[in-house]
Amino acid sequence: MLDIKNIYKTFNAGTVNEKTALNGVSLHLNEGDFVTVIGGNGAGKSTLLNAVAGTWLVDEGSITIGGVDVTHLPEHKRAKYIGRVFQDPMMGTAATMQIEENLALAFRRGKPRTLRTGINKAEREQYREMLKILDLGLEDRMTSKVGLLSGGQRQALTLLMASLVKPKLLLLDEHTAALDPKTAAKVLDATEKIVTRDNLTTLMITHNMRDAIMHGNRLIMMYEGRVALDISGEAKKNLTVEDLLARFGQATGSTEADDKMLLA
Amino acid sequence: MTNLANFIGALPGAISQGLIWGIMAIGVYITYRILDIADLTVDGSFCTGGVAFVVLFSGGMNLWLALALAFLVGTLTGFATGLLHTLCGIPAILAGILTQLGLWSVNLAIMSMKANVSINVIDKASLNRLLVSLRFVQDVAKGERPVWQHPIFVVGLFTIVIIAVLYWFFGTELGCSLRATGSNPNMARAQGINTDFNKVLGLMISNGLVAVSGALLAQYQSYGDINMGRGAIVIGLAAVIIGEVVFSRIFHNFALKLLAVSFGSIIYYVVIQAVLSFTEINSNYLKLISAGIVALFLSVPYWKDKYFSKPVKRGGTQNA
Repeated sequence: MLDIKNIYKTFNAGTVNEKTALNGVSLHLNEGDFVTVIGGNGAGKSTLLNAVAGTWLVDEGSITIGGVDVTHLPEHKRAKYIGRVFQDPMMGTAATMQIEENLALAFRRGKPRTLRTGINKAEREQYREMLKILDLGLEDRMTSKVGLLSGGQRQALTLLMASLVKPKLLLLDEHTAALDPKTAAKVLDATEKIVTRDNLTTLMITHNMRDAIMHGNRLIMMYEGRVALDISGEAKKNLTVEDLLARFGQATGSTEADDKMLLA
Repeated sequence: MTNLANFIGALPGAISQGLIWGIMAIGVYITYRILDIADLTVDGSFCTGGVAFVVLFSGGMNLWLALALAFLVGTLTGFATGLLHTLCGIPAILAGILTQLGLWSVNLAIMSMKANVSINVIDKASLNRLLVSLRFVQDVAKGERPVWQHPIFVVGLFTIVIIAVLYWFFGTELGCSLRATGSNPNMARAQGINTDFNKVLGLMISNGLVAVSGALLAQYQSYGDINMGRGAIVIGLAAVIIGEVVFSRIFHNFALKLLAVSFGSIIYYVVIQAVLSFTEINSNYLKLISAGIVALFLSVPYWKDKYFSKPVKRGGTQNA
């Protein structure tokens, strides 16, 4: 479903701040793969997701989603294939617009925006049913401005918006990191439900190793702009945090994972 | 008492002017509030609309066609600013200033390098072709013209039609995507919205309205001159802010918010008229006063936030 071939990205090339964030990453996801991504700060996790989403274009290599080469497509055109939830709860929704208006915007992802009405009655009923799944009482507040919602409510809404039109690929960039533990667990739970229900091909970054082990059918660990570890199937099911740290040390010859990532 | 009589006598004219500038202020609302861009093109495009209309109309063109062309020329100025901003990556404020500066020459060129152009209103036949005119205000007062030709009525109707069209537009898929672009461009792009296209479109619509407002003012005062747009952005912001301060508690609907902008512009002109009627102030100080008032209103939200904000009630976690 997703095919990343040998991509490179260097920021501030030619200056003292030069930073090679992606150093030849190749990754292939089959349809329905739920891949968790871990790694220390600056390992290239978010950069990888942004490269796929098209926040900027990569320096080298190619990215294919569901057979379509998107390497040179701008962000808004790739959005047709991609659902996204950001780390910052403020990023994924339009605060000054109503809940139902936000959903209506997401419902038209990948379609041309015409002069037809922005939201109709039939949709509204559909949204009400979908909001009930989140179990946050949002179905009774559909005309409230999204800016009035809490961070957790906004992330849950963004998740719903990302999956409203079934995406070929779902990108979750530490989408629970800014939430308190209880809310984070709720949003993660909703994530698991939606991904399983729609059999979504998913890339999820997390800072929490336990979450990374618990969710998904495959785990990759990034280090210095490369994929350092790739564990799937039975091996992933039996994984523990200690195993993970040990295998990371073997793969990279580094022990920095211990302190850097356990703390995170 | 002569001051009061003077003020009351001048009210219809002040309200007419306020309504005309109100259309420009609605254009400013689209960029400043909906797109979150402070667009300084308006100082130039207001004048462009005015002088283009006068030149076309004086040349014998049909009034409605001349107004439509003024709108079109206005959209072109917005297009220029939009391209400078999106295609060339120039910050929006600077892009607007560049267009505004360039338009100064363009406006002079439209007037064949003269500083002003006028409409012949001495000739009755020519005057009667106009839609709005300062003279109609006096004529209606004297009973020489039907009331429906009063500029307040005509421009009021104009405003209502414009608000109705904008209300419809911003409720469409495209209009919603424009609002999302201003509200959160990251979210908009993630939902497949071409934010660059939308910014250009918004700037075009806004400046089209600003140019129509300029055309109406030129018609009203029967001339257009190179300085007629000077400080327009400040008047526009004043109208937007006054409208919000006065009406935000009662007007929640989008159409009513636009109406509030128009009312804000009327209030602005009535206050200016009051200052002129009741004080001996030299009218050259008006721009300084306007700038001061707008600066004050713009700083109020900041000060409120900084020194008078109440702690936010927490307790959303169990609902989150």
